[in-house]
Amino acid sequence: MTVQTEQKQEVIRIRNMWAGYENDLVLEDINLSVYESDFIGLIGPNGGGKTTLIKVLLGLLPPQRGEVQIMGKAVEQGRAHIGYVPQVVVFDRDFPISVWEVALMGRLGKRRLFRRYSAEDEAIVAESLRRVELLDQRKRTIGELSGGQRQRAYIARALATQPDILLLDEPTASVDPQVSGSIFEMLNEINQDVTILLISHDMSAISSYTKTVGCLNRTLFYHGGREVTPDMVSAAYHCPIDLIAHGVPHRVLADHAHQHHHEDVHS
Amino acid sequence: MIETMLNALQYEFMQRALIAGLLVSIACGVIGTYVVIKRVVFISGGIAHAAYGGIGLGYFLGISPTLGAVVFSLLAAFGMGAVQRKTHQRADTVIGAMWAIGMAVGIIFIDLTPGYKADLMSYLFGSILAVPRSDLVMMVVLNLVIVLMVAMFYKELLAISFDEDFATVENIPVGWMNMILLGMIALTVVMLMRVVGLIMVIALLTLPAAISAQFVRQMKSMMVLSSILGMVFTTLGLFLSYFFNLTSGATIILVAGVAYLLSLLWKNSGHLVFRKEG
Repeated sequence: MTVQTEQKQEVIRIRNMWAGYENDLVLEDINLSVYESDFIGLIGPNGGGKTTLIKVLLGLLPPQRGEVQIMGKAVEQGRAHIGYVPQVVVFDRDFPISVWEVALMGRLGKRRLFRRYSAEDEAIVAESLRRVELLDQRKRTIGELSGGQRQRAYIARALATQPDILLLDEPTASVDPQVSGSIFEMLNEINQDVTILLISHDMSAISSYTKTVGCLNRTLFYHGGREVTPDMVSAAYHCPIDLIAHGVPHRVLADHAHQHHHEDVHS
Repeated sequence: MIETMLNALQYEFMQRALIAGLLVSIACGVIGTYVVIKRVVFISGGIAHAAYGGIGLGYFLGISPTLGAVVFSLLAAFGMGAVQRKTHQRADTVIGAMWAIGMAVGIIFIDLTPGYKADLMSYLFGSILAVPRSDLVMMVVLNLVIVLMVAMFYKELLAISFDEDFATVENIPVGWMNMILLGMIALTVVMLMRVVGLIMVIALLTLPAAISAQFVRQMKSMMVLSSILGMVFTTLGLFLSYFFNLTSGATIILVAGVAYLLSLLWKNSGHLVFRKEG
């Protein structure tokens, strides 16, 4: 670590963490320090434990061993500082919910039960939607949006929680390459006041937009560096080869006759 | 036609049947909306069938079978909810087992109960023409409870239906919310049992909501439209069954089923036109 990062606050701290499911160990001895204003992209193959790491950070899956802290607190309290952006998956397009209502959900944790949303909540939600350029789409239902717009709606919902850390799961899994670029540019802007940790298998996007990169495949290779080094690659074995294989069919599908179905195909 | 309808309504049993149909439609529209958007149709079917265990127990103990059904459906709802939350694999298998075991328990209890059980079929296939006044009172009370609960927890229930993980991260008591919702499903099932019977409950719970989902943009409007559709289906089904001398529960379900098919056809023909233009 450089001197500069050590002066900053450690917002996520993972030490000797092991996690997995009943007889299936997915993550081994993970150590990670995320500092304030970091923009970290973790790449890794499917099944490499990306989703498991996110579940542990959100307190949805307790680790089997080790220590996880968010803003110096245990996960259940610390996760209030995280704005979580889930992967956009195929879902019920008829779900009766507007973009505005989705973003309002970001204020849910700030309200007590039985309390209505306040004018302040609505102002925060409007500002979040404006940041992702969706304010004029607020009355549409989430099913009417394109994949990229839906991704931005989830980012707006996460911003509405006024997070210190933004945690994104495959933010560009269901969008075209151009849209992917615009989402990363938006994240760059958000990174001016929010720490970002994202997980993806899209190596090209990650390496050109994030500040630092790591590789996750059962174990984590992250040294706060800018590039995916050859020793990281070989240590995380076939990880980048998988990435290339995933990247190619994306583009092929997006440019052809299946265009209006391509979101469904990817997930 | 209208004259014969008015004539039919001179009978008190027809008046009560009509009121019962209108009352259950409210709970049905509100709770059916959650059943459809939260995709708990299978659990709801399980709750309905397991409730038969309570009917049998009621007969066996000589208490009200409806009370037995309330207890059993609530137990089944909470049991199935717990299984779905705690078991990572094959929750649907366990729920399917509870579904069948509940019914089997009911049948065995009824075997063990001496005497003639005339109205047993009415719990399975409904008996809207024989709704006693006390049941109407129960329906009003349950409707009030359900509407009040939904009004209180509207934004939390919307959040857990849309994205349970996000709701958990926001520290919403997701477990409790799910249990409250399943409890309300159980109570609605018992209400509907009178009208269409336990076996067909799931259709009346889901069809109006499934039709509405195609045309509305808000959960609130989906609840309102589903309730109105439920009222139309139960009323229409009731009169059709009266004129043609058919089983009322089955007639109501068929009316709802035909409406659902028509709505799908209409919606999809619209898509075809749209594609040709595009």
